[in-house]
Amino acid sequence: MTAVLPRRRLAALPATPRYIAGRIGQALLALFGVVTIVFFALRLSGDPARLLVPEGATAADIARVRDRLGLNDSLWHQYTTFLGDAVHGNLGYSYVQNRPATDLLAERLPYTANLAVAALVLSLLFGVTVGTVTALKRGRWQERVLMPIVLAGQAMPAFWTGLLLVLVFSVGLRWLPSTGYDGPLSLLLPSVTLAALSAAAIARVTRGAMLEQLAQDYVRTARAKGAGTWRLVTRHLARNTAIPVLTVAALELANLLGGAVVTEVIFAWPGLGQLTVQSVAARDFPVVQAIVLLASAVYVVVNLATDLLYGVIDRRVAAGGGTA
Amino acid sequence: MNGRSRLTVPLVIVGLYVLLAAFAPLLAPDDPNTVALARRLLPPQAHHLMGTDALGRDVLSRVMYGTRVSLLVAAAAVVVAGVAGVALGMVAGWRGGWLGALVMRIVDVVLSVPFFLLAVLVVAVLGPSLVNVVVCLAIVRWPRYARVAYSTTLQTRGRGFVRAATATGASGGWILVRHVLPEVLPVAIVVGTLEFGLMVVYEASLSFLGLGVQPPTASWGSILSDGQQYIATAWWLATFPGLALFVLVLAVNLLGDAARDRLDPAKRATVTRRRVFRRPRTAEAAA
Repeated sequence: MTAVLPRRRLAALPATPRYIAGRIGQALLALFGVVTIVFFALRLSGDPARLLVPEGATAADIARVRDRLGLNDSLWHQYTTFLGDAVHGNLGYSYVQNRPATDLLAERLPYTANLAVAALVLSLLFGVTVGTVTALKRGRWQERVLMPIVLAGQAMPAFWTGLLLVLVFSVGLRWLPSTGYDGPLSLLLPSVTLAALSAAAIARVTRGAMLEQLAQDYVRTARAKGAGTWRLVTRHLARNTAIPVLTVAALELANLLGGAVVTEVIFAWPGLGQLTVQSVAARDFPVVQAIVLLASAVYVVVNLATDLLYGVIDRRVAAGGGTA
Repeated sequence: MNGRSRLTVPLVIVGLYVLLAAFAPLLAPDDPNTVALARRLLPPQAHHLMGTDALGRDVLSRVMYGTRVSLLVAAAAVVVAGVAGVALGMVAGWRGGWLGALVMRIVDVVLSVPFFLLAVLVVAVLGPSLVNVVVCLAIVRWPRYARVAYSTTLQTRGRGFVRAATATGASGGWILVRHVLPEVLPVAIVVGTLEFGLMVVYEASLSFLGLGVQPPTASWGSILSDGQQYIATAWWLATFPGLALFVLVLAVNLLGDAARDRLDPAKRATVTRRRVFRRPRTAEAAA
């Protein structure tokens, strides 16, 4: 069997480069679009210089700031400069701290990455397990207990989940710290908060995919040949349900990155989310821009990687990419 | 739940919220903005069923008035994003060519930004206010509708009744409104229902961060933000507004699920089968 696998994959390979190139092109286009949106969003607000000067500044002060920021150049020139800088990894200087925005981001990124990865792992663990169990035990008590939890989870906004968790575990039981970063234990509440919404979504998609697969003939065949439930799930169903589950997990990353803003505020987590809110309050636009760009880049790249993974999981995708 | 109660129970709940929002001035026990420092942070009791906040305002009254903000913002955001998205998606699907490609590429781009972050950016730029929250949510969410309108228009374009209308000399605009829109609308309404719950959550999230509706106007998100500040002493601030929001979003989501199941061809088959099975009884009732 292992000898057959590489040969089959080779047969599909001539088709893949075009598929990969197409997807990479789409991803680059999306990133370019995001940079453009972010650039013009700032210009929409009117004169950034006016926001920067202290109250009661004279017209001459404003003019000086405009000059320093290059706002007197033509819009087109500003845009191309911004694009060029962005390509070179220069996302501007923080108005408030007068440091490169990328430096600020680099300081905060590990905390948010920590939180987001922990939340993604938690939501996948919970979502896939619950989705599989509710599909296999359709109409039984397991489904009747778990499905309402999933539905409730989808209606719980992150900030309420977080507040309730703090109320119960920090204020009430005093088991866990409520705020700040203080060892791995402090990661627990924020990551559960952040995971809740995505876990529900992943559970629903897993369940749907499982139900669809369970109705297929090969499941009956496997059963007839004496495969137990465990073997059926791990050997047959896992690979066939992996694509929708992976897709939704990659899409949920957007929710995780966005939800991190609220979650980090609740738990005083020193990551990018808090930096976002602080920068918005201080009207420190280059930092907000840089965060949105970084988050979009991560999101686009992860979704690109997922798409490319499809070909590895299900070789029909790679083959199909060539014929289309 | 069986087929009918799946639709009626959430519908009744949403209806109650609408009534609550409409008649908040009559139903609220107190003015939501009356500051009375003598009665600040009182726990729930007979006079203040949900307690009072840090300024001594009645939380129940504020939660009731908060319903108005939630429903208003969510409804306006869904309508604005829905109308814009459906119009752009239909034109893109109908005209195709460079215009269609351009619109759909913009859709791809907007959808590739984590939307809550984009919402935060837009509100930060526009400045926080009720109208700007609606504008911002519409900007972030219209691509959802554009996508379904686009694909439905593409499917409808080649169908017999559209080609017949073209053959009889009907103009493109007329065909879009008269023949294509009725195909797009049901799908867009299902998307809108599913989006509504999300919009409620977004508005509350933005208000929670101080980027939404500005004080002293009551919003569930801003009460919860107070709740976070006083979480060690005033549990009622962090629970009741969240509960109000949770029940509304749950009901709207169930409604959206039911509506989607109705539209889904795979599931529609089972509905029709049931209807066929029941036909004798309904025929009797009709007679």
